[in-house]
Amino acid sequence: MTQYLSGILSLGLIYVIATVGLAVFTGFTGLFSLGHAAFFAIGAYTAAILTYFYGVNFYLALAAAGVMSGLVGFLIGYPTLKAKLRTDYFAIATLGFGEATRVLLENLSITQGARGLPGITNYTTLPVIIVIAALVIWVAWNFVHSRHGRAAIAIREDFVAAEMMGVNIFIGRLRSLIFSAACGGIAGGLFAHYFCFIQPSMFTAYMSTQLTAAVVAGGMGSISGPVMAALIFIGVPELLRVANIWRLVAYGLLLVLIMIFRPQGLLGYREISLSGIRDFFARFRKGARS
Amino acid sequence: MLSIRNLNVKYGQIHALHGISLEVETGRVVAVVGANGAGKTTLMMTLAGLLSPAGGEILFEGTALPKEAYKILGRGICLVPERRRLYANLTVRENLLMGAYLRKDKAGIAADLERMYDLFPIMRERIKQYAGTLSGGEQQMVAIARGLMSRPKLLLLDEPSLGLAPLMVQFMFKTIREINAEGVTVLLAEQNAFQALDMADDAFVLETGRVLVSGSGKELLENPLVRKAYLGVKH
Repeated sequence: MTQYLSGILSLGLIYVIATVGLAVFTGFTGLFSLGHAAFFAIGAYTAAILTYFYGVNFYLALAAAGVMSGLVGFLIGYPTLKAKLRTDYFAIATLGFGEATRVLLENLSITQGARGLPGITNYTTLPVIIVIAALVIWVAWNFVHSRHGRAAIAIREDFVAAEMMGVNIFIGRLRSLIFSAACGGIAGGLFAHYFCFIQPSMFTAYMSTQLTAAVVAGGMGSISGPVMAALIFIGVPELLRVANIWRLVAYGLLLVLIMIFRPQGLLGYREISLSGIRDFFARFRKGARS
Repeated sequence: MLSIRNLNVKYGQIHALHGISLEVETGRVVAVVGANGAGKTTLMMTLAGLLSPAGGEILFEGTALPKEAYKILGRGICLVPERRRLYANLTVRENLLMGAYLRKDKAGIAADLERMYDLFPIMRERIKQYAGTLSGGEQQMVAIARGLMSRPKLLLLDEPSLGLAPLMVQFMFKTIREINAEGVTVLLAEQNAFQALDMADDAFVLETGRVLVSGSGKELLENPLVRKAYLGVKH
C-alpha cells in the first residue's frame, strides 16, 4: 500500500515539475501551449539515451535533458515569438510542434521508433523527485517574484503597455518558454527513469492538454494552485481506478465543476501562504461560533 | 526637445497623419487638441514607437528615435496611453514598480514611490489593491504615476481626462501643471479643448490629420476658428 501511494506521489510530483514550468509560461506570461508533452518527451529520451546507451551519470543526464529541452524551446520559440504570433496562433503552432516531435521520435533509429526504450535503469526515487520538485518550485517562485517575473506578468496583462514600459516582449516570452521547456525536460528525464520504459505514444496531445488543464484549473498567475491541481489530476484518476470506465467521465466532470465554481482556477492569482491559511481558519472558527 | 517634421502615418490605405510638423520645447506643457479622428492618438502612438511612420522624421534631443517601442522609454519618452492600459491583475504598487522596470537604483525607486503617493494621496490607501478594481479616476492617477516612475524627460499624455468626473478633470489638469513644474516636459492630447488650451503653454489644433492652427494656449482660446469648431461658442 505504501508503495502504491508513493508511486502515485512520485508520478504526481513529476507532473508538478512540468506543470510549474508551464505555469510560468501560461499562467504568468500568458501564452498557451498545447505541445508541452514534446518537451517532456525530448527530456525523457535525452536522459534515457544518455544513461542507456552511453552510461552517463543519471544526474548529468537529467541536467542534459533540461538543457536539451530548453534548447529546443529556444529553437521553436525564436521564429514563432519573433513573428509575434497571437496567443491562439501560437497555441496551434505548439500543437503542431508536439505532434511533429512524437512522429519524429517514432521514426528515428536512436529512439528505436515505436518500440520505445525498454529496460532503462530505475534511478528515480521518491526522495530525488521531492528534492528536484522543491528546487524547481523554489526557482519558479523566485523568478515570478523578480523584476523579470513582473515583466512577464505585464506581458500577460497588456503586452502593448508592457512594451511601453521598456519590456522587450520577445525576450520576455522566450525566457519563460525556455524555462518551462527545461522544467518539462527534467520532468521527462525523471519520468523515463521512473517507469524504466518509454515509447513515443506516451507523449500525446492528451498529456499536453493535461498539463495546460492543470495550470488553468490551478489558477493563472499562481504557483501553488497549479501544484495542487497537478497532484489532484494525477491522484483522482488513481483513486477512481475502482470505477475504471468512469474515470475519464469523473475527470471531465472535475474540470467542468472547476470551470463553473472557480472560473479563475482553484487559487486564481493568489498563493497558499501560512498567514492565508491562518486567516482562513480564523474566519472558519468565527463562522462556527456565530 | 522634440521636433516632428512632415510626419506621415498610415493604417494600410487610410492616411491618418498628413505631413504634420510640430515642436515641443523643453519645460513646456504642449497640448494637441482636436475632434475624434483628428489623429491625436495616432500621433501619440507613433511617438511611443507603437506605429511606424510612413514618412517624415521625429527628432528627440537632436537624434532620431529607435524603431522598437521598448527602446523608446530608455530615451526618456513615456506614453500614458488612452484608456490607461493598466495591468489589471497587478496591485497598484506593482503597477508603479513596472513603471520603473528599466531603473536599477533601488533607493531612488523607493523614494519615487513615496513621491507618487504624495502626488496622489488616495493611492496610498490602494497600494495593495488590484489596479482593475479601481475607479476610472484612480486608474488614471495610477497610469500617470506609472509613467512618472520611469523618470521621463518627456511625458506623453493621451486623453488623461477621458471618462472622468468634472472635479476629477480639474484635479488632473492641476496635477499635470505640478508635474511640469518639477521639470517634466508634457505633451498632452485632449478632446477637452477648453481646459487643455487654458492650461497649456503651447498648443496645436489637429483636424483630419493636419495641423490647423498653432500658437500659445491663450491665443488659441481666443482664435475665432478654434472657438467655433471646438469650443462650441456661437458667433
